[in-house]
Amino acid sequence: MNALREDQLSIIEWIAPGSRVLDLGCGDGALLHHLQRERGVTGYGVEIAPDNIIRCISRGVNVIHSDLDRGLSDFDDASFDYVVMTEALQAMRYPHHLLREMLRVGRESIVTFPNFGHWKCRLQIALGRMPVTEHLPNTWYNTPNIHMCTIRDFEALCGSESIEILERRAVDTRHRDSRAMRWWPNLLAEVALYRCRLQSPRIS
Amino acid sequence: MSEHFPADSVGLVSPQSLDFDTPLTLDSGAVLERYTLVFETYGELNAARDNAVLICHALSGDHHAAGYHADTPHKPGWWDNCIGPGKPVDTNRFFVVCPNNLGGCAGSTGPLSLNPATGEPFGPDFPLITVRDWVESQARLADALGIETWAAVMGGSLGGMQALQWAVDYPDRLRHAVVIAAAPRLSTQNIAFNEVARHAIRSDGDFHAGRYYEHGVVPARGLMLARMLGHITYLSDDVLMAKFGRELRDGKLNYGYDIEFQIESYLRYQGESFVKRFDANTYLLMTKSLDYFDPAAKFDDSLAKAVARTQAKFFVASFSSDWRFSPARSREIVRALLEADLDVSYVELESELGHDSFLLEIPLYHAALAAWFQRIASDGGVP
Repeated sequence: MNALREDQLSIIEWIAPGSRVLDLGCGDGALLHHLQRERGVTGYGVEIAPDNIIRCISRGVNVIHSDLDRGLSDFDDASFDYVVMTEALQAMRYPHHLLREMLRVGRESIVTFPNFGHWKCRLQIALGRMPVTEHLPNTWYNTPNIHMCTIRDFEALCGSESIEILERRAVDTRHRDSRAMRWWPNLLAEVALYRCRLQSPRIS
Repeated sequence: MSEHFPADSVGLVSPQSLDFDTPLTLDSGAVLERYTLVFETYGELNAARDNAVLICHALSGDHHAAGYHADTPHKPGWWDNCIGPGKPVDTNRFFVVCPNNLGGCAGSTGPLSLNPATGEPFGPDFPLITVRDWVESQARLADALGIETWAAVMGGSLGGMQALQWAVDYPDRLRHAVVIAAAPRLSTQNIAFNEVARHAIRSDGDFHAGRYYEHGVVPARGLMLARMLGHITYLSDDVLMAKFGRELRDGKLNYGYDIEFQIESYLRYQGESFVKRFDANTYLLMTKSLDYFDPAAKFDDSLAKAVARTQAKFFVASFSSDWRFSPARSREIVRALLEADLDVSYVELESELGHDSFLLEIPLYHAALAAWFQRIASDGGVP
């Protein structure tokens, strides 16, 4: 049994018991498996790697083989309570399209991503190199992370896409936060976690 | 003296048969007063009778899915790589049933059978059979075997369509449906290929409007052509290129119409060996059954509505190079199952081998099936 990653543990409490969840890039299905057992959640994972798909099947997690860069056209509008995507937004070809798709399919979205605004990244760029950190160990030429963003970038995108941020956590790689991180999240947090939804249209 | 079969084989098997005398009213309106189903079983039905798996065969298949017949001890059944002790469909756990479908030519009632009304073979008078009719006859077989609910109904291609139809017609008589390399209904191009195959058979001078048995001949050229065409569509361009390329049988061009390229030799061999084992009237019937298959038709053309009542959990798989029933067609099935909020898992497997991939031992494919059957066992309490 694989343990949950820290970012997955952090978002579990955001998911109401008995809800319907779509987990994008679900990997070996550990998060959904946990949610099914502990929170009576139902839903599906979406995954691209066949060996991970087989692991999902083995642990009784529904999984759909799909390439997220092709969108979520298999899923109906508002058919899930939550659409979750952990540490994958930055690897998408069109992150803003997928974000829109997530909020079409789910009433709420939960997104986590590595914060490129962290001081270690800034420092390495200031010194003239692309950042390589404990949390982002790949070099520029072999990284799957083709669309890195900072906390401020993400929130700016939410603003322009009419996405309402319901909750935010900014933490270090061990998913601890601190008073300092709450004051300067974009400088001090390594991972950002968001729960958001589309802004409800104003009734005129 | 007993043959030595591989340890993971079900070993020597022999077909069984059951006669049914409750009339079966077919989709066409015709009635089969009585009929026989030939089938094989592997493994043991447990005391709870909840470990039974129905295997549905495709166009040219039969009831001999696994193990060996005494008279062909070197040629295992058509899905032997998948069914047996320790194989994905593990006969140490599951009781596997594979019938020859009605209209077939391997022993179940079909065009070769004697028509009780005339004492002659049915031939072209054998009624057209639909996938729904097959499911009905298989349900009666299940009744006769004391199987209330299948742990799984499984098939590839036309067999997968039967598994899907089972979920529509008997929503509470199967716990799992395994639908491989199938489609929710045929495309125009699929029907077009079938029509060319039928035309090849029916325009053969030896066809005699389907009464060729009476003339002591078979429409060999037509059936061979149909099979050659079918065979091309079951394989991918890439695999044909890799296997035969433009290789010449004699190493040089002969400037004539005899076999020159190796692919020509291969196709003729495939066609000729098919003619020896398959009946042309059955081939015609099976292609029609494919064309008619459309479980959504009675549900406002919504497959989601058609499957809405089923208890079954679905495993759907497709193969990347399959252009007869492409991954996009399997995704249509998956989309309907998602719309109906059913439990479904779907995998598109990388394979160069086209539609025929579903019969082959592809490691990820078999690992996925094994994982699924493991899940069936743990869901249903099968040890």
